[in-house]
Amino acid sequence: MYDPTVARLTYRALLGRRRALILGALPLLLLVIAVAVRALAGADDQTATDVLGGFALATMVPIVGVIAGTGAIGPEIDDGSVVYLLSKPIKRPTIIFTKLIVAIAVTMVFSAVPTLLAGLILNGNGQQVAVAFTLAALVASIAYAALFLLLGTVSRHAVVFGLVYALVWEALFGSLVPGARTLSVQQWSLAVAQKVADGNLVTSDVGLPTATVLLAAVTVLATWYAGQKLRSLTLAGEE
Amino acid sequence: MTTLNIDHVSRWFGNVVAVNDITMTIGPGVTGLLGPNGAGKSTLINMMGGFLAPSTGSVTLDGQPVWRNEDIYRHIGIVPEREAMYDFLTGREFVLANAELHGLGARAADEALATVEMAYAQDRKIATYSKGMRQRVKMASALVHQPSLLLLDEPFNGMDPRQRMQLMDLLRRMGDEGRTVLFSSHILEEVEQLARHIEVIVAGRHAASGDFRRIRRLMTDRPHRYLVRSSDDRALAAALIADPSTSGIEVDLAEGALRIQAVDFGRFTVLLPKVARDHGIRLLTVSPSDESLESVFSYLVAA
Repeated sequence: MYDPTVARLTYRALLGRRRALILGALPLLLLVIAVAVRALAGADDQTATDVLGGFALATMVPIVGVIAGTGAIGPEIDDGSVVYLLSKPIKRPTIIFTKLIVAIAVTMVFSAVPTLLAGLILNGNGQQVAVAFTLAALVASIAYAALFLLLGTVSRHAVVFGLVYALVWEALFGSLVPGARTLSVQQWSLAVAQKVADGNLVTSDVGLPTATVLLAAVTVLATWYAGQKLRSLTLAGEE
Repeated sequence: MTTLNIDHVSRWFGNVVAVNDITMTIGPGVTGLLGPNGAGKSTLINMMGGFLAPSTGSVTLDGQPVWRNEDIYRHIGIVPEREAMYDFLTGREFVLANAELHGLGARAADEALATVEMAYAQDRKIATYSKGMRQRVKMASALVHQPSLLLLDEPFNGMDPRQRMQLMDLLRRMGDEGRTVLFSSHILEEVEQLARHIEVIVAGRHAASGDFRRIRRLMTDRPHRYLVRSSDDRALAAALIADPSTSGIEVDLAEGALRIQAVDFGRFTVLLPKVARDHGIRLLTVSPSDESLESVFSYLVAA
């Protein structure tokens, strides 16, 4: 199911110079914000929750997920170099699964690690806030990577659709339409954070069991469907 | 023995028919797939390589379907037309990755690089390669697993004459070894030098198939057409028709020109300036009206 060569190629494509810079920009911004808030306002649990929930989990994690998830396969399909993977006796689901693992790992590193660091800077993990949001970021990384890998497989405009989903659906609809929140990766991961954090600092609109089921279902379905799409991927000729 | 069977294959995109009911069998040796740009060669090669489903018909390799059958790639090597490869890798890293994806190791990669004579530049990034070097590394990646069928889409595009000759030698060698090699080209001379057997595609249709020389003769036996303007069209026409190299002349009043059909191309090109000089006629325009590849091919469709 996992092919080390496909993984190596995907890592090197994802962590190439320009993409790594984009991946690193938002985490860096989070750390700068954390340092600034701590310096100006001092350590405060509610502030830490607002920064980690409002920026790290709501904005940074999905955008890192879009870049890593779509970037794990989209550019290869766009420029046609995916032909070198497809012209091999390797099962298509193996290619997708391997790329998913890589996308999850990269999303986790570029989102969960900075979330933990920012949490420690903001309030020294008071009320378990830093750990709670780190776990949420880890969980969200899995679902985002799977969703955006599928998007990268089926659409040439994956990055745009991904950003629209991350920013419009998750952020805007999520705050306006209550029902949309049930179908939001962010809320599912918040359900995990709620369980871990002390007190009522973190709340989610979705219960933990529902969140777990939905998260697993989305990840599995997206990965399966991406594998199917890759099996019948058509490489358009120049004509 | 590896035989690729294309059986009544059509492919359309929306309501545009790219490949129209083509049936052909590609056996061992080198076969050239010839046709003007946009004739459907790439579409056909993509279907042969399993990257595009035929709308109707089937493509099989020794009886095995090619579409949605990953295992078939143990026997197929593909050199795509598109430039994109993993530019951030070195040549060796790229070929090694291709070998590993076939379950092979460094030895297969090194052998393939040696075969295409790229060992000297194997540690440079692909991004720094010239077009010819890229083509050879692509070739190495297609050869790592010693495939019995090799598909190449416009492999000579952008190569200089020396690189072209090297690649031709290599393909000829592979054909002699009994592999099935199919390459596409829109350049007659390329095909002429390399392939004895050719398949001609025009406007999505299978126009001709068989020995190159026979097909070439079909093309040259057709009269050549010229459009000629001169200081005295009728006097020129009278003088030209007296010679057996000319089979017909029409005075096109609307164009103010002669439309000449020449049957003996070599003789006519010598005759025309000579006749004009002898009769004191000035030639104003001499243009072949059907020299383009497309019109040569269209003869084949009509034939």
